[in-house]
Amino acid sequence: AAALTGKASPLSTDEKPNSFEEITNYNNFYEFGTGKEDPARYADAMTIDPWSIEIGGMVERPGSYGVEDLAPDNALEERIYRLRCVEAWSMVIPWIGVPLSSVLNKAGVQPSARFVSFETLMRPEEMRGQSYPILKWPYREGLRMDEAMHPLTILATGLYSDPMPKQNGAPIRLVVPWKYGFKSIKSIVRITLTDKQPFATWQDTAPSEYGFYANVNPEVDHPRWSQATERRIGSGLFGGRQETLKFNGYGEQVASLYAGMDLTKNY
Amino acid sequence: MKRQLNDTLRRLPVWAVWMGGLIPLCLLVWDIFTGGLGVEPVRDVEHRLGRTALYFLIASLAVTPLVRIAGISLMKFRRALGLLCFTYAGLHLLSWVTMDMAFLWSQMVKDVLKRPYLLFGMSALLLLLPLAITSNNLSIRRMGGQAWRKLHKLVYIAAPLVALHWIWALKTFPVTPGFWLIVILTLLGLRVAIPRPLGRGKPKGGLKEVS
Repeated sequence: AAALTGKASPLSTDEKPNSFEEITNYNNFYEFGTGKEDPARYADAMTIDPWSIEIGGMVERPGSYGVEDLAPDNALEERIYRLRCVEAWSMVIPWIGVPLSSVLNKAGVQPSARFVSFETLMRPEEMRGQSYPILKWPYREGLRMDEAMHPLTILATGLYSDPMPKQNGAPIRLVVPWKYGFKSIKSIVRITLTDKQPFATWQDTAPSEYGFYANVNPEVDHPRWSQATERRIGSGLFGGRQETLKFNGYGEQVASLYAGMDLTKNY
Repeated sequence: MKRQLNDTLRRLPVWAVWMGGLIPLCLLVWDIFTGGLGVEPVRDVEHRLGRTALYFLIASLAVTPLVRIAGISLMKFRRALGLLCFTYAGLHLLSWVTMDMAFLWSQMVKDVLKRPYLLFGMSALLLLLPLAITSNNLSIRRMGGQAWRKLHKLVYIAAPLVALHWIWALKTFPVTPGFWLIVILTLLGLRVAIPRPLGRGKPKGGLKEVS
């Protein structure tokens, strides 16, 4: 596929991005296995052409949309974001994509819609991990409407100047940089607007460990490990750890979304 | 066949087991210096050391059931296997302290007290420490065989803790460490089920078998 270019964005960090090699060889994508190297090894089996995204629920124009319809070339932006995994490691990734709000506006959000739910492709014959009941397939995630409409939230279709590699969630994936990585669902086939808090796979798997919000928060530990610090991938054998920032450092932009909420309860 | 095997084993010097046992360490060092470790080298160093320690722990636990069931004796190598386990476990801890946690002592202390997976791992290592210290003939003589054997039964507690340490560190229920936990429990269970070598050691003129 042709190279992608995205307009630079003031929302990008000026931190140095991880290498393409690092970003594409250290992934959590349990549809292809639980090992970090499994996605790079096995994601090639996934067919991504043709691809369509079914947008439904409380929208004005429900239907089947192509990736090109939702993220046309002339709308693409480059967003260099920090990514913080719930496993206490992090990267800096130059995504290419469009604001999720632009996609939702295309479909027309009905006033009654309060949440957005997302679903990953379910195709066990191409996604070997789905043959095992590790999680309740298909993978699903959700956002509150204000989170979904936030300018930081994007649907990404590229990485550096490449179309999204399969192990990173080709052809189109969510990126919510102030939340733990598992919220940023990959290889999306369905987007549904609803008035109820949607099913979220990790929350369902271990509700005491993974909440619906999953905002990066050094003050709220995972019950089995600390979230106070993180290892930056690519920092080498003696690169040490760095402090984890609340909302992954995006607090200035997003903290107001959670004003008045007890984040130790709504983790 | 069995006798031949035991004869060969008797001729194999203990240092050969040490040499063989240090191969995984050499391979790891080789990979560190040739960039063979992948994107997150710290995790690879830490996990490979930990896994190797577990394999030697299981090998040392297998010695007794093997001699009782199959009559093959690796007894001569058991000390080396145990000490190799402790060596890798110590390096595993060292890599956690230096590379993963980068000497953040306060977070390490808090974590060990609060996190079950670290608590399991650390207690296992502490249980193995006196075993490693007393793994020499002088200690056996000083302590007396009985007390020494009793002390070394601590490994029965340490081994399942090691498997739990691995299981608790992962997000979903993991197949591989789950498998090793079953292996460990089986090896411990065999000690109870088969308390002496098969076909030997029954009291003379014992009860007639009911058929």
